[in-house]
Amino acid sequence: MSFPWAEQYKPKHPLMQWVDDRLPVPRLVYNAVGAGYPVPRNLNFFWNFGVLAGAALAVQIITGIVLAMSYAANAGVAFDSVERIMRDVNSGWLLRYAHANGASMFFIVVYLHIFRGLYYGSYKAPREMVWLLGLVIYLLMMATAFMGYVLPWGQMSFWGAKVITGLFSAIPLVGEPIQVWLLGGFAPDNAALNRFFSLHYLLPFVIAGVIVLHIWALHIPGSNNPTGIEVKGPQDTVPFHPYYTAKDGFGLGVFLLVFAALIFFAPNFLGHPDNYIPANPLSTPAHIVPEWYFWPFYAILRAFTVDILFVPAKLMGVLAMFSAILLLFFLPWLDRSPVRSSNYRPIYKKFFWFGLIPTVLALGYLGGAPAEEPYVMLSQFFAAYYFAHFLIIIPIISRIERPLPMPGSITDAVLKGQSGSTISTSTQTAQTAPAA
Amino acid sequence: MVRIVGILVGLGFVGALLISLVSGLITYISEPAVETAEHAFHLHPKEVHFASDGPTGHFDRQQLQRGFKVYREVCSACHSMRLVAFRDLEALGYSEAEVKAIATQWPVPSPSINPDTGEAATRPSVPADRIPPPYPNEVASRAANNNALPPDLSLISKSRHGGAAYIYSLLTGYRDPATYRNEEGEALPAESQPGQGLHFNPYFANLNIAMAPPLTSTGQVTYADGTTSTVDQMARDVSAFLVWTAEPKLESRHSTGIAVMIFLLIFTGLAWMAYRNIWAGVKH
Repeated sequence: MSFPWAEQYKPKHPLMQWVDDRLPVPRLVYNAVGAGYPVPRNLNFFWNFGVLAGAALAVQIITGIVLAMSYAANAGVAFDSVERIMRDVNSGWLLRYAHANGASMFFIVVYLHIFRGLYYGSYKAPREMVWLLGLVIYLLMMATAFMGYVLPWGQMSFWGAKVITGLFSAIPLVGEPIQVWLLGGFAPDNAALNRFFSLHYLLPFVIAGVIVLHIWALHIPGSNNPTGIEVKGPQDTVPFHPYYTAKDGFGLGVFLLVFAALIFFAPNFLGHPDNYIPANPLSTPAHIVPEWYFWPFYAILRAFTVDILFVPAKLMGVLAMFSAILLLFFLPWLDRSPVRSSNYRPIYKKFFWFGLIPTVLALGYLGGAPAEEPYVMLSQFFAAYYFAHFLIIIPIISRIERPLPMPGSITDAVLKGQSGSTISTSTQTAQTAPAA
Repeated sequence: MVRIVGILVGLGFVGALLISLVSGLITYISEPAVETAEHAFHLHPKEVHFASDGPTGHFDRQQLQRGFKVYREVCSACHSMRLVAFRDLEALGYSEAEVKAIATQWPVPSPSINPDTGEAATRPSVPADRIPPPYPNEVASRAANNNALPPDLSLISKSRHGGAAYIYSLLTGYRDPATYRNEEGEALPAESQPGQGLHFNPYFANLNIAMAPPLTSTGQVTYADGTTSTVDQMARDVSAFLVWTAEPKLESRHSTGIAVMIFLLIFTGLAWMAYRNIWAGVKH
């Protein structure tokens, strides 16, 4: 599962030789994230986010396990147990703020990771399985984050749980029984809180398992790169360690700086004040909104306002919201262009920067805005573009587009200064690239 | 095949969304939204500075003690503080003996049981007790307050948009509904005039709040440090106190944060140099 010129693991110490003969775990690590994994030499900083997502998962699991030692999953005391963590548990405030903001950081880096894949065509053959497993991780993350947000049992926890499980009631005939079955009752209560806690503890480990598969699948063809050209020889690659461990070390520092700034100086910036009010089934908040990372999908959900024929608007909204994610599973077959990197795809690139990116940002803003005009009309416009982008525009572009001339190899591109390893040299994208 | 199905599904969603958009647009044009009184009269919190603001913010202990006095003598008549224990007050600069005195002299005793009969009873509070609520339960609370429920104040500055500035604005924001004019010079419409037992306050989302103006005159609370207790000063002090009740670990959060940021800046700088050093000979 590697290039023939990959460096071979040679144990230096007799003890390591002894281990290697019996259970070659050091060899596995060496080949996966050590010098035994040759990586294209021209990766730019957008390739940092995979490692950062792994770091975010590790932070979440560690802080989560310690928080669970003081948290009580019972609707009667859950809210107060969280406040006890904040007030009386040693450094409990740090653990809880790290966990709450860690979820946001996890989503930030995963979103950047996904958009890296979209821009540089990392979902295309032969890396379809990497993309599909990544989407499975993303779905698991959404489920985990949603259930985690319910655990403090504040107002938004309760009403968020009610709205999201209510989506299942849109299914014809069996919807209501499914919602009652999921919640273990007619409204979120102790039964729902307990099962959410159980699953919230389980799913991160499932995510870790799928990450192993994700990396395994990645190591079969090796990493993509900003030119999208396959590796042709030893001159195109450098060993992962020390080259990319050093680059990821710097990325990790920047990640932690942003993370620490949130935890220590704006810990509630990304949260909602209503979640500091204990859950109250008799008092509905004025605006029920999920956490920010669900806003684009929440905007799509609420954009369907008219029943069409026999299909109720609510059902269409639910179908559209799930389709908005599910369609990404078909992307490798919707986009038939053999060219991966957008740097050589002039039309796709325009639609990426001026179509998809503004649309997703706008939907994100609109999902957090109240459900009134003109926000709803704007959501309808941008949601329509979102579906059109993936289901109509991309298939058409991949048929009519004439790609720009491409360098012969990665090394060729590097020598011409067109490797895309720094953002400024990647032709016209410099002005529009986010400062990530 | 995938692309044909994809285009059909795409056209379906786009069509449904455009139909929704057109229908919404027709409604929007034919029945323009009427501006509600809440929209026209609601004010955002005033600009006000607290010592706890900003990345190096800390608590002004004199102010917290003044704010605590306002809470004890005014707010605590109706509002509970169920997450704060008397022992926590040592963080305000009170000595152990002072905290003990505050606990035993608290106007409401702590609930207890009679050790001989097991019947419900009360006893004076000790520092380990949480501050006892003014009413035994929600029904009693509503019965005494014209059916409105005074919220618990422990987390109030984190559970409202605007935080402490909102509390300060609300406490100093009561206006006479008969003479009030908003920025456009409009008077409050008749249907938005406060009903029985309600009080006009443009900083409150509904405009009319069940709480009567709690801080009304200079000297309502006598400060131990000699500060003149104007309404503005009392509102400021109690807002600062409520920042502390909601976030008692704010100071250690800020000081830890500064140390962590300095450490991370050095770490990131070294990581940058290591990265540049390792890549120095490799064109990429």
